[in-house]
Amino acid sequence: MQQVVFGIVAALIVFAAVRLVTTRNLVHGALYLLAVLAGAAILFLLFLAEFVAWVQVLVYIGAVVVLLLFGLMLTRAPIGNMALDSQTRPLAAVVSLAIFGITSTIVWKTFKGQTVHFSKPNTVDTLGRAIFSQYVLPFEIVSVVLLAALVGAVVLARKEE
Amino acid sequence: MPKGYFGEYLTLAFFAGMMLLLVAGTLGLNKLVSPKVHRDEKYLTYECGVDPVGGGWSQTQIRYYLFGLLFVVFDVEAVFLFPWAVVFDKLGTAAFVEMVIFIGILALGLAYAWRKKVLEWL
Repeated sequence: MQQVVFGIVAALIVFAAVRLVTTRNLVHGALYLLAVLAGAAILFLLFLAEFVAWVQVLVYIGAVVVLLLFGLMLTRAPIGNMALDSQTRPLAAVVSLAIFGITSTIVWKTFKGQTVHFSKPNTVDTLGRAIFSQYVLPFEIVSVVLLAALVGAVVLARKEE
Repeated sequence: MPKGYFGEYLTLAFFAGMMLLLVAGTLGLNKLVSPKVHRDEKYLTYECGVDPVGGGWSQTQIRYYLFGLLFVVFDVEAVFLFPWAVVFDKLGTAAFVEMVIFIGILALGLAYAWRKKVLEWL
């Protein structure tokens, strides 16, 4: 049952992802991105990671897509016009292939041959314990990263005036 | 009603499916039985009965982006508050101090934006 749902959702994600990069309308692209992120949330639910799934919905579908749409609206590109093609397809292909290669190698080397048994749902309690006793430093670094993003945006917004 | 972790989400999926079916059914039925008369005017954007001028695309101000980013930053902060609130009574002072540092660093960013007067809507 789980495998069947996983297969259907994964197929939908791949379809939406392919449409995302091939669509000619940027706003449609944003909609397909939403579908991909929602599919990922369902996958998290299947892996018993309830909290992560709803964080995915809250932060990615709620906030990141909004940010992306605002970024899109900042550009002068009219919807559906391909004049915004920057002719860097080969370079983009090299970069994306490199990223794919590096991440898949890392995942392969780290988790090769391991099986994960999902017995009971990961609760917010275990997550909280892990963050606030074991991974305190990464947690605090997250705030520094967010601060850097915020300061960067303020500097960019100020320059216009 | 099915019980357990997957059972509950199965109920949710059932209702989501019924919702989609309802919308698709009513819209599909409407499309099936409604008369179709093609007129170019019908496909114009409705603007209080006046013919629209120009395109639908305009460049927005960067201000909107800044508020969008502020939303993302504090959304992420809110997400961390949930597990913090759950384990707070078990970890006590240490967790409290950690969260105060976290929010303090983010508050610095908000204070910076405030001082630079980008939060004012001119």
